[in-house]
Amino acid sequence: MIHFDKVSKIYSDESVALDGVTFSVGSQEFVTIVGHSGAGKSTLIKMLLLEEKPSHGTILFEKFDVSRLRRRDVPKYRRRIGTVFQDFKLIANKTVFENVAFAMEAAGRTDEEIAADVPHVLNLVDLRKKIWNFPHELSGGEKQRVAIARAIINQPDIVVADEPTGNLDPVNAREIVEILKKINSLGTTVILTTHNKDVVDAIGKRVITMEKGKIIRDDKDGKYAL
Amino acid sequence: MTLWSNFKRTAKAGFVGFWRNGFVSLASVLIMTVTLFVFGTTIFINALLETSIHEVESRVDINVYFTADAKEEDILALKAKVEALPEIALPVEYITKETVLENFRKQHENDEVTLQSLAELDGNPFGAVLNIRAKEMSQYEGIALFFKDVQSGDNGASIQKINYYNNKQAIDALSRAVNGGRKIGAAITIALALLSILITFNTIRLSTYVARDEIAVMRLVGASNRYIREPFVIAGAMYGGAAGLFVLGLFYPATYWISSSVGNFFGGLDVFAYYINHFGEIAILLIVSGIVLGSVSSFLAVRRYLRI
Repeated sequence: MIHFDKVSKIYSDESVALDGVTFSVGSQEFVTIVGHSGAGKSTLIKMLLLEEKPSHGTILFEKFDVSRLRRRDVPKYRRRIGTVFQDFKLIANKTVFENVAFAMEAAGRTDEEIAADVPHVLNLVDLRKKIWNFPHELSGGEKQRVAIARAIINQPDIVVADEPTGNLDPVNAREIVEILKKINSLGTTVILTTHNKDVVDAIGKRVITMEKGKIIRDDKDGKYAL
Repeated sequence: MTLWSNFKRTAKAGFVGFWRNGFVSLASVLIMTVTLFVFGTTIFINALLETSIHEVESRVDINVYFTADAKEEDILALKAKVEALPEIALPVEYITKETVLENFRKQHENDEVTLQSLAELDGNPFGAVLNIRAKEMSQYEGIALFFKDVQSGDNGASIQKINYYNNKQAIDALSRAVNGGRKIGAAITIALALLSILITFNTIRLSTYVARDEIAVMRLVGASNRYIREPFVIAGAMYGGAAGLFVLGLFYPATYWISSSVGNFFGGLDVFAYYINHFGEIAILLIVSGIVLGSVSSFLAVRRYLRI
């Protein structure tokens, strides 16, 4: 489904974020990418989301080269990927409902579909009662669940979670991991980056370990090994 | 999804954004109010300038004095000829020799010696006068030359004097002052309009800067550039429209106060009456300028954050 082929990201001679990274992610897979800060995990995610373009190499999504996408096709491509971030990235002046609905509006869905689907998904992440609250009225765990609801509302092919438990306590972190596992069990590919040992060990699926912009391990049923 | 429902959605997002970002919206509206007030002031400055210039222009004319024995039909024929000239502001005033005499008597009614001297003369010693105004100050020289040609022609002996040449220096100086005044007016208008555009653009740019993270999130969830941009453009138009309305309201007491304080000091223009009589045009100018400035500024400000 996704194939990184000798992908490098070089900002300057002293600053190489990714160095010839090659790996593939299959459909319905759950892949955890681990590594210390600065290992290149977030750069890898940014390139998958086309926030940045590789200096060398190609990134294939299904059969097309992501970095060759035309500008006007980028939003359509991004709608196929649900994203969850450490800092939640919710829109501060929109309610929980509006934050989730925005992803559907951007995809051109009708008001009727939005009115039916948003409460349903918020129910799945146990936020039905907070539907009209603003992000600043939610706890960290609740904010992250809103982000997950927004990520899955358009039934994407893949969910990318960049350090989603980084700002959460262990209880909330475990809940988020459980939700991600559930999403994966329903057939969605999940790519998760983290440096939390407990999270990695709790998932017990494929683990890619990165260091200084390179992949140093790729274990099918991996554990945290740094 | 239909265009209408898409428009409704973005318009609603624009209104909601305007309302919920209350402080940013208020700051933007206030700054745009100041700039539109400055812009609106140029309308009044130009009106004052035009009135003053017109006042000066209306005081300039050419008098052509005829000899006492000049025939009336010759003078009227010349008058008809002059009226056909494109640079003449109609009507050309014909003052008969009898009226000139009467005016002279009135002017000197307290001067016995002069009146007695006049009575001793046989008949009317005065000739008729043509009073001519040009459409533009710069055309007086041409008109004076026309009469000079007539004076040196066959029937020219009947023209005694053309007063332009006595007043030439004064007319030229006034002409230069009028042209200078117009140029200064245009320069002030352009400078203030540019200043308004710059200040508005920077204000909106700052309000958009506050929303840069929001824009980044919108892009990440797959919103198209157009879908992200439209609510900002609508909010920008609302800042401008609201500021335009405020300024329109502010000009009511401001012009009233100026009028009652200085009256018709500025070249006979009552600023308050001008505001009331031109309310429609001023309202459209201010509100439309505000909307256009606000929306174009937003469009340009958001564009910066939409590059991949």
